[in-house]
Amino acid sequence: MSLELDRKIHDTLADANLQLAVYAATGRLKDKRIQSTADGVLPDYQELRTQANALKKHAIDNLDFYLEEFQRNVEAHGGKVVYCKDATEVSDFVLDLAKRRGSRLIVKSKSMTTEEVDLNERLEHHGLESVESDLGEYILQLAHEKPYHIVAPALHKTRYDVADIFTKELGVARETVPEKLTAIARGVLREKFLNADIGITGANFLIADSGAIAIIENEGNARLTTSVPKIHVAVAGIEKVIPRAQDLAVFLKLLARSATGQLLSVYASILAGPRRAGEVDGPEEFYVVLLDNGRTKLLPERSKRESLYCIRCGACLNACPVYRKIGGHSFPWVYSGPIGAIITPQFMGVTHEPGLPFASSLCGACGEVCPVKIDIPKVLLELRGEVRKSEAREGLNRIEKLAFRVFAWVMAHPRIYEMAGRLAASMAPAGEGKWIRSVPPPMSLGPLKAWLSERDLPPVPPKSFREMWRNR
Amino acid sequence: MGKRVSLFVTCMVDQLFPKVGMAMADVLERLGYAIDFPEEQTCCGQPAYNSGYRAEARTVARHFLRTFEASETIVVPSGSCTAMVTHHFRDLFQKEPETLALVLAMEKKVHEFASFLTDVAGVEDVGAQMDDVVTFHDGCHGLRELGIRSAPRRLLARVKGLTLREMVPAEECCGFGGTFAVKFAELSGAMARTRIDAIVGTGANTVVSLDPSCLMQIQGALSRAGLNIRTMHLAEVLASR
Repeated sequence: MSLELDRKIHDTLADANLQLAVYAATGRLKDKRIQSTADGVLPDYQELRTQANALKKHAIDNLDFYLEEFQRNVEAHGGKVVYCKDATEVSDFVLDLAKRRGSRLIVKSKSMTTEEVDLNERLEHHGLESVESDLGEYILQLAHEKPYHIVAPALHKTRYDVADIFTKELGVARETVPEKLTAIARGVLREKFLNADIGITGANFLIADSGAIAIIENEGNARLTTSVPKIHVAVAGIEKVIPRAQDLAVFLKLLARSATGQLLSVYASILAGPRRAGEVDGPEEFYVVLLDNGRTKLLPERSKRESLYCIRCGACLNACPVYRKIGGHSFPWVYSGPIGAIITPQFMGVTHEPGLPFASSLCGACGEVCPVKIDIPKVLLELRGEVRKSEAREGLNRIEKLAFRVFAWVMAHPRIYEMAGRLAASMAPAGEGKWIRSVPPPMSLGPLKAWLSERDLPPVPPKSFREMWRNR
Repeated sequence: MGKRVSLFVTCMVDQLFPKVGMAMADVLERLGYAIDFPEEQTCCGQPAYNSGYRAEARTVARHFLRTFEASETIVVPSGSCTAMVTHHFRDLFQKEPETLALVLAMEKKVHEFASFLTDVAGVEDVGAQMDDVVTFHDGCHGLRELGIRSAPRRLLARVKGLTLREMVPAEECCGFGGTFAVKFAELSGAMARTRIDAIVGTGANTVVSLDPSCLMQIQGALSRAGLNIRTMHLAEVLASR
């Protein structure tokens, strides 16, 4: 399908240590999700999923209304809302703000949306220092890597990997005890927090009726990022809006459980506007950057809108037998796993990586665990159809297209089907009832060769079912 | 008599695993069903549908609808092919109201074999006997699209001499996925090997499933690994005595 995708998959499968690390880490997250949503722990889990889906559907169907309400209420608190259509507009806004305020140092908390627009790279290109303060993100920033996983960005790194990265990049003595490694990062980051001019975060939810944002995290770094620097900028996709503060009661129950199997994350911060007169903390300026970056392209078609319900919990990654083998960096964009496989083609166009929607066995484990009930396998099937339409327009992949036209014609003509089946059987190597390990080189082509590269082939029976049925 | 079912054996059983179809017919006949095998049948069209060739899938689906229009009850030895008809045909004909009406009528008539026995025939003990330790592999489409979890287990529990040992994890894909198995062969093979680790972990001699395609993937990988573990369709187990 695609040489780039195939190569990345091959390299990941060939790395035995990486295979173990990713399989074990996702397995732990998967098991914890199952435990924390079990009947005895959360009896109304399925009902909550249904409610979350309905809330998201309502919010996305009325996106214009809720974004305007959100903006009015943010402004009423003294904050500002900035609409950005793409990555350049986001970085231009932050660069301009930094220039006007004379800012040099930025601290960031974890945000997939800022990863999506390569914000760090863009800011650093213009001479600003932008430091990730989530431990996993900090490790990856030092390693010059993109997140491997939506909620556990450094999931593929062992403590020994982290020790190597810290020793090389920070010049510290090698430590391999996780607590000591954490202490090293804390020491560096504490200085950054105290000296930062701007704090940049994401937002898990934009609450329309309150003009507030909710940030859910475990390390407390987002709380520091939003309270120590004088300026707070939150960058969020427009799809993050929810109608009411009370809707959090549904989403908070689902988010932490789906993501990490916690009953609740350690910190849930609800922030509305800058510091007001008489308040002792909080930033002096508060901005919410609302990002489009391809999202509005999904709005016209109802079946596509569903992909905007995602709350970025990562449950589908941990449940996915494909992600657990090929990891996060095989995917062409920062969003990996099943959700990445459906939003990447929709945000960036199906031709960006046409093989992506096909890299799935369609097992459905993703849809089963999605807390907002996105029917991911169905969207994958629709995207597969779109890839074929685009190929037909471009005159690509003609041999496969022809093969399926022949397939359909044969299957609609039972006599031809029966003849073709027996013809193939007559050419098949004699298995003597045993499974076949290889075929002669002239036959070792295409799908047959691919099948035999990994598995044995069933012997062709002397008679088809219909022949046996006629003769019985 | 009077109880009549039509078999849709699927193209894979017809061409590669005819014994599965014969075993299914055997079990149903023992339960008193008159069996009809509409000779015009071929495939459900899933290979084209899953590969994104919707027009081609529609051609095959139309042929299926014509072939089985007169049948009242259709039994299928595959969760995946059943789900294609009962859950995906409707997707293909959204813009053809007349065909869609045929699809909606067809959805009610098509049953996966194990759930047909427990839910329609109301049978759990079919009088089978097989002295063996087996494990059961849930085919993903039967499991997640049709919600079939307990039916095959209840049927296996009534087979005399049979011990069922569950895999850990129980519900994981074998990596077949139709054309995925050859488009991403290396990945598909790696998934199969992970599944085989779980199978070996049970100590079972036999892997049972409702889907010939999963069994082809699993048996192909077991055979390649040189492991002496066999695969059987549930129908073959239930036909044993």
